[in-house]
Amino acid sequence: MARVKFLCDADRCIECNACVTACKNEHEVPWGINRRRVVTINDGKPGERSVSMACMHCTDAPCAAVCPVSCFYTTADGVVLHSKDLCIGCGYCFYACPFGAPQYPKVSNFGSRGKMDKCTYCAGGPESDSTPAEYAKYGANRLAEGKLPICAEMCSTKSLLAGDGATIAEIYKERVMKRGYGSGAWGWTTAYHEGITV
Amino acid sequence: MKHLAHIRPTAIVASTVLMLAISPVLAQQLGPDGAPNPTASVASEQQLLQQSPRIVGHIAQPNERARVLMQPVGRQWDHFHEITLRWFGSIAIVGMIAALGVAYLIMGRLRISKGRSGQQVPRFNSFERFSHWLTAVSFVVLGLTGLNITFGKIVLLPLIGPEAFSSLSQASKYVHNFVSGAFVIGLALIVALWIRDNIPRKVDFDWIKQGGGFIKTMHAPSGRFNAGEKLIFWFALGAGLAVIISGCLLLFPFYVTNIEGMQIAQIVHAVIALLFVAVIIAHIYIGTLGMEGAFEAMATGSVDLNWAKEHHDLWLAQIQRDEQRRQARQEGVN
Repeated sequence: MARVKFLCDADRCIECNACVTACKNEHEVPWGINRRRVVTINDGKPGERSVSMACMHCTDAPCAAVCPVSCFYTTADGVVLHSKDLCIGCGYCFYACPFGAPQYPKVSNFGSRGKMDKCTYCAGGPESDSTPAEYAKYGANRLAEGKLPICAEMCSTKSLLAGDGATIAEIYKERVMKRGYGSGAWGWTTAYHEGITV
Repeated sequence: MKHLAHIRPTAIVASTVLMLAISPVLAQQLGPDGAPNPTASVASEQQLLQQSPRIVGHIAQPNERARVLMQPVGRQWDHFHEITLRWFGSIAIVGMIAALGVAYLIMGRLRISKGRSGQQVPRFNSFERFSHWLTAVSFVVLGLTGLNITFGKIVLLPLIGPEAFSSLSQASKYVHNFVSGAFVIGLALIVALWIRDNIPRKVDFDWIKQGGGFIKTMHAPSGRFNAGEKLIFWFALGAGLAVIISGCLLLFPFYVTNIEGMQIAQIVHAVIALLFVAVIIAHIYIGTLGMEGAFEAMATGSVDLNWAKEHHDLWLAQIQRDEQRRQARQEGVN
């Protein structure tokens, strides 16, 4: 596989939040943590658009750059993952992340954060693939089973696309050509230093 | 009611004109096939980012920070943290150490000109010394654990490996969080004890004009604290307040501020703290290696008479006057 990416076609997203729910269920994510979320722009006004957002698995990921203990790594598919064994819960990745992806379970004193949790592109973590240890820390490893992320797979309007970046960009371009409009690939310029020109 | 009757036909005419004027705009919103263009009033990502560095929307979650859909400025904060801050910190700290090294090579240790008198003058009582060392020890601990967050992965991580470095950093994060309390108390005590003697006075200008005691041929007059010590005091108070306030914001993330505030708090905390470390390195140098007879003031609490004469003449004169007065009073009682 080449470089995998996420693409949310905001002109199709109906803010059903099924991607959020499916993700939580697939990975048994703890209470209070949402690896994916849906944000609505101009809610209730003309031109309202909803965008489903999670970790975009950036090129030159800023979270990885700022991590004081260097707990991030990028897989051969371009998925940005991290080690919860090394994470110290400092919260710097959240300050650097352009998409608000990192989540922290609330633990003990002050605003002290637990080990960071974020979207893994359904690719698990540094543990051996599909082991209980991996599942407990990072959730399911669908990629190892040859499946794509659950959020995009079950999106009822096929607004959320996941897969090889070039392929999903092509699908989006075709849609825009056919229907005559498109509000663009939200976040692509920031995440991948390139947008999709139709 | 009569007035209203006049207004109504006017209003109808006006609204008709208005509708006619708007209709070309409406026509533009229709596609070539006559169907309305659903994106005509959609704000694009670029438009929204031109208006504000963060795109904030609505979310069905009781979580304020989740409303921020996107903040490309996160990459700028990344650049600050990884590039700007490291250069700034390295230059400030290494530069200060280099400057002090040069000062030591040129001036050497500042000796007590007339040698030790063997007579001691009390300078800091035990409570003052406790306050100073509480602040000092907590500052060093906070400084080292803080520097680890910025420089640890370059300096320490390659040496001890990822597992050991993570455990150390995790522990140092907690130490940093808790020891901050001791620093706040220490600083508050120092300010309460010494603010009176640190108010700038006319003699401070003379002290600066006379080379601040660094030029042996000149005599720099000074009260209990000289202008250099006063500068350290006020700097410690200002920088201390800045790191305490920004530190509280970081300690309780998102309690009172949003993502922008958190980023600014981190920048303020890091920049001021690095400056603070650089300045305190100079303070440590002059209090130990740089000047004979200075360290014992904070160690034992008393200084040599000749040291006091040389560096704090007005203060010495004052305490000697007080001493004479007390003796005179005691003699009067007897």
